[in-house]
Amino acid sequence: MELTKIERLLVKYKNAETTLKEEDILRMYFTSNKVAPHLKEYQLIFNYFKSNNDETYTKKIKLNNKIKKRNWLMVAASITLLLSTYSGLTMINQYNQKKQAAENLAQITNVLKLVSTNLKKGNQALKKLHVYEDSVYKIFKKIK
Amino acid sequence: MNESDFLKVVLPFKDKVFRLAKRLLVSKDEAEDATQELLLKLWKNKDKITSYRNTEAFAMTMTKNYCYDRLKSKQAGNLTLIHGNYKEKETSLDKKLEYIDSVDRVHLLIDNLPDQQKIIIQLRDVEQYNFKEICEMVNMKPTAVRVSLSRARKTIREQLTKQHSYGVNQD
Repeated sequence: MELTKIERLLVKYKNAETTLKEEDILRMYFTSNKVAPHLKEYQLIFNYFKSNNDETYTKKIKLNNKIKKRNWLMVAASITLLLSTYSGLTMINQYNQKKQAAENLAQITNVLKLVSTNLKKGNQALKKLHVYEDSVYKIFKKIK
Repeated sequence: MNESDFLKVVLPFKDKVFRLAKRLLVSKDEAEDATQELLLKLWKNKDKITSYRNTEAFAMTMTKNYCYDRLKSKQAGNLTLIHGNYKEKETSLDKKLEYIDSVDRVHLLIDNLPDQQKIIIQLRDVEQYNFKEICEMVNMKPTAVRVSLSRARKTIREQLTKQHSYGVNQD
């Protein structure tokens, strides 16, 4: 490719007057390895355009109906969440009730134990009283 | 029109949509989201697709408008490119690194152009659309497109020469 032709095309290119075919010629020239040293910057430019053109959209394309499915899934998920929290709450309530009952029982047993110890004390006091009574009775018997 | 018909229409230009979106929105994630959103919009209007004279041009226009909206709404948390370190690399002997770096420089120069010039240079020099198609996509008169494209090309070249000669002087 003669250099003068390329240079002529470059002037047109800068003025945005080149056709696509002419730009193809430029692209071919500047992406080859034989570029005149004073035109190095164009090599950079055209190589950039070429490399940019290689970039692609790699993600999967999601269309409407798949999103609908996702909506449906979301509804299902929210329902299960609701149910599980509800059942979870009832279970927690039951557990709490059981715990409460056990505590109450413990308290009552404590109270009853206290009462029984007090009663025992009372019993012992009564025994002493019996001893007194017996002795008093004996004395009265002798006097009689 | 069923799904596979639609994909047949859309697949040839989905990458072009993605690249234009990335040119405008900078970040890859943003561009992917935009592409997905756009294809979905097209899918929703699939019945009208056959009536469009040129679906591809229509899609590109939609992409452009969508990206403008995104940029305006400032929802887009653009990644800012950090490019303060290329001077060091310029003196490096690794030619390949230098090449990659230079290509990046072109990218940055395009990035600094006004949005309209960015779009036009993308459509012409990367995607190689003809002027008629570009006029349709950006809704501009042919002369205006040419002026814009010429300005973009000149700016890139001038900036690059400036940087390049600076590098050469250092060598």
